Amino acid sequence: MSMILLHLFLLLVLPPFFLGVINKTKAMFAGRVGAPFFQPYYDIAKLLRKEMVISSTTSWMFCAGPIVSLVTAILAGLMIPFGKMPSVISFTGDFLLFAYLFALARFFTTSAALDTGSAFEGMGSARELTFAVLTEPALFFAFLALVRLSGVLSLRGMLTFGANSLFAIGNVAPLVLIVLGLFIVLLAENSRIPVDDPNTHLELTMIHEVMVLDHSGPLLGLIEYGAAIKLFVLGALTLNLILPLGPLPLWLGGLLWFVGFFLISVIIGVIESVMARLRMSHVPTLLVTAILLCGSAFVMLGR
Amino acid sequence: MALSGLPAALGSGRSKSNQYLTVALFALGSLLGLAGTTWALMQPQAPFLMLPWALPWGQFTVAIDPLSAFFLLLVFSLPLLGAVYSLGYWKQADHPENGRRLGLFYGLLVAAMAMVVMARDAVLFLLVWEIMAVAAYFAASVEDGREEVRQAGWVYLVATHVGTLFLLTMFALWHRMTGSFALELSGNVSVKTAGLIFLFSLVGFGFKAGLMPLHVWLPGAHANAPSHVSALMSGVMLKMGIYGLLRMTALLPFCQPWWGTTLLVVGGGSALLGIAFAMGQRDLKRILAYSSIENIGIIAMGLGIALLGKAYALPALTLLGLGGALYHVWNHGLFKSLLFLNSGAIIHATGTRDIEAMGGLSKRMPQAALLFTVGAVAISALPPLNGFAGEWLIYMGMFGTLSSPGVPNLALAAIAAVVLAMVGALALAVFVRLSSVVFLGSPRSSAGSQAHDVHGAMKGPMVLLALLCLLLGLWPSLVAPLLDGAVRAWAPGMAFDRTLPQLVPQQWISWMGLGLLFLLGLGYVWYRTSVRKRGAVAGRPTWDCGYGQPKATMQYTGASLGQFMVKLFAFALAPSASPVRIRMPFPKTTRFDAAVVDRVLERWVLPLLARANRILPRVYIFQQGQTHVYVLYVVIFTALLFFLGFSGVVR
Repeated sequence: MSMILLHLFLLLVLPPFFLGVINKTKAMFAGRVGAPFFQPYYDIAKLLRKEMVISSTTSWMFCAGPIVSLVTAILAGLMIPFGKMPSVISFTGDFLLFAYLFALARFFTTSAALDTGSAFEGMGSARELTFAVLTEPALFFAFLALVRLSGVLSLRGMLTFGANSLFAIGNVAPLVLIVLGLFIVLLAENSRIPVDDPNTHLELTMIHEVMVLDHSGPLLGLIEYGAAIKLFVLGALTLNLILPLGPLPLWLGGLLWFVGFFLISVIIGVIESVMARLRMSHVPTLLVTAILLCGSAFVMLGR
Repeated sequence: MALSGLPAALGSGRSKSNQYLTVALFALGSLLGLAGTTWALMQPQAPFLMLPWALPWGQFTVAIDPLSAFFLLLVFSLPLLGAVYSLGYWKQADHPENGRRLGLFYGLLVAAMAMVVMARDAVLFLLVWEIMAVAAYFAASVEDGREEVRQAGWVYLVATHVGTLFLLTMFALWHRMTGSFALELSGNVSVKTAGLIFLFSLVGFGFKAGLMPLHVWLPGAHANAPSHVSALMSGVMLKMGIYGLLRMTALLPFCQPWWGTTLLVVGGGSALLGIAFAMGQRDLKRILAYSSIENIGIIAMGLGIALLGKAYALPALTLLGLGGALYHVWNHGLFKSLLFLNSGAIIHATGTRDIEAMGGLSKRMPQAALLFTVGAVAISALPPLNGFAGEWLIYMGMFGTLSSPGVPNLALAAIAAVVLAMVGALALAVFVRLSSVVFLGSPRSSAGSQAHDVHGAMKGPMVLLALLCLLLGLWPSLVAPLLDGAVRAWAPGMAFDRTLPQLVPQQWISWMGLGLLFLLGLGYVWYRTSVRKRGAVAGRPTWDCGYGQPKATMQYTGASLGQFMVKLFAFALAPSASPVRIRMPFPKTTRFDAAVVDRVLERWVLPLLARANRILPRVYIFQQGQTHVYVLYVVIFTALLFFLGFSGVVR
């Protein structure tokens, strides 16, 4: 029971912190001091207290988008183990629900964007929908490879098989490929550079930010919070593969895991500082690379 | 039990008096049918009936095993809802010229489908199969005053008869091997002939089911039929092709791996290309029709998994693959009917099928918008609705192949999961595009300005369908016993040691679905009580980066929403677009056209037929139009037969 509460606590409280880490990293690269680590919490709290503007063009779908995206991210988070901490919910075939929960969120966020009747948000939706067509196959190739590696059909089993077979010598190469592929999926799904730029608002070049252009106040707060949780959950998916904690005691494992996640956030920050966003028409190439990485991992394991 | 389909047919015959009588008799027939099917399901042995038969070949044999019953439940329930819907949608008073014809052939079509599912004799099967095909033609082309309706009708008629030719050949092979027309399990079929029978039934039934590239008739026929007939064709009639394929593969005494692989490849291709084509369309019902091709592809993939399971004697694979496929048969029937009936309401309200002329309809038709969203979420296979619960089983079958490594065919099945994931993402995009271009944003033309919401006889069936989508999504174990029974009837030789709920934790799908709904409810309550109370500034236009006067024409259109994806699939879709050149510093008004036409129909089939039209007139020489010449033909032919018969060439 206490583990469940702790898991919930981590899932609901920790995510915005890592957004702060990313922003801090980027600030340091730019030679600024940057906002404090806890700035995302302040932002969300502030947004939740504000009033909001709702366009007369919109319908209920506009408000449903943020709520659905937050709820699905939380529900998906319950199925992911955080290092030594087992997932709250686990059953055979849960990884399919995990993937489809994010799809459900996509349905409602893109619809909510199109509800405003603005061309900007239409562009964002079109891109989000298109890129998902390429990230889903990569994710499923990764799942196929992980099921083959671990022999279990649940996320908990796939991600915490830890010490047993993970570092068997033949598995290292496919595992590296999966991690690279999943990392690209993570960047694309969370609208980070090089797929999307979370900082630009008025360019015609982004995806996620342009879709939420008309949301304000509490609804925008929900979106930001949901996005933080999504980054955390997908990051945890990748991190669990890099960091098999095996027989370590809980406190040490937890500490290592936290440090690991900190490092992932720093890496994302570094990527955002040293790279430019790809040209929109080149993004599919990157995503196809992710498919190929995860696909080759599966083929390697198919002996 | 054999007579249960008849009241429906009889009832429609009397439709001359009035529409309500037709629908009442149709409902009576359907309810009797449902009751009979339920009774049949409770019998330990499949009920079997044989009646005297005047034809020299075949017998009148019908039976209801769990597999037939599974399809019968669909045949007796969905068309009933469509018939009730027609009371509001196709009022006899508004359509005096074709209302009766529609009622008659609607009933005949449904009765024929019920017979198709029950027939246990090849001759009887072909007979009712043809009645079904022709009745569908008459029901779908009631508005034959319009050119495009007639054209779509012709394409359908040609396609369905080419399909029947393949079935004729297939049953001839069957007769040659087994020595009878009876459709019962037979032991003496050679490996080669079994393969041939499989291929012929795949093509023959594939025409009816609409597998790519045999789908040429489907988009046109679905788009031009009255909406409840489209719902019937897409929701039920396509499934008759699936049923036929299932029945034939069940009858063949063994099963080879390449059958399953073929179905996986064909199904995967259909699913992927079907939904990609849907992305390029702008006709509301054409989009739905192409998505039917996709869903049939998904069902075929599940069937492929089941065949692989049968070939390698892996009962778990068979159960998951076929269970998922059959579940999807029902699910697709439900949500596609919901969407087609809804599209009927939209067309009724706006007077057009062109989605680019719509927009913002949810303001005028809030209930239709909500129901359409339910259908769109369900068809995109998203939790907590039924589409997900069904595809989940198919996925589990695909991932289940990983537990027996080293078989190349099974590795292919695993990769099918990736194709299915891609299809899922594309379907989601198609339905976000469809529902938002129709219902969200602001109106793109005056077409919907007089729109009224769904009401009366049209609303009831749609609400019921939406509720069923939710029920089957939240409670998959409800259908599991039916699925179990049908799978066991399909593969009588296999030893199934576990039932579907024992094999996969379906109860978790229920719990997670309920949890999702609960959390969404919490979110809604929080929003209503805390956020809205604090007030929101409403009545302002969309911010749109500060542009003060956004216009409806500035919105993203359906074509622009789909453009990126159509480009990704340009190798298959071959979209055509007229180039735009801007020359002068102050360019004049210019035009841009882009379209995705059906490549198979427009580029292959129609040119082929045109060519045939140029060459074949030479045969006219035999067709004199004079009776005595034809009598001469008969004499020559009879003499030839006599000669061959006596000389012992043909016995």
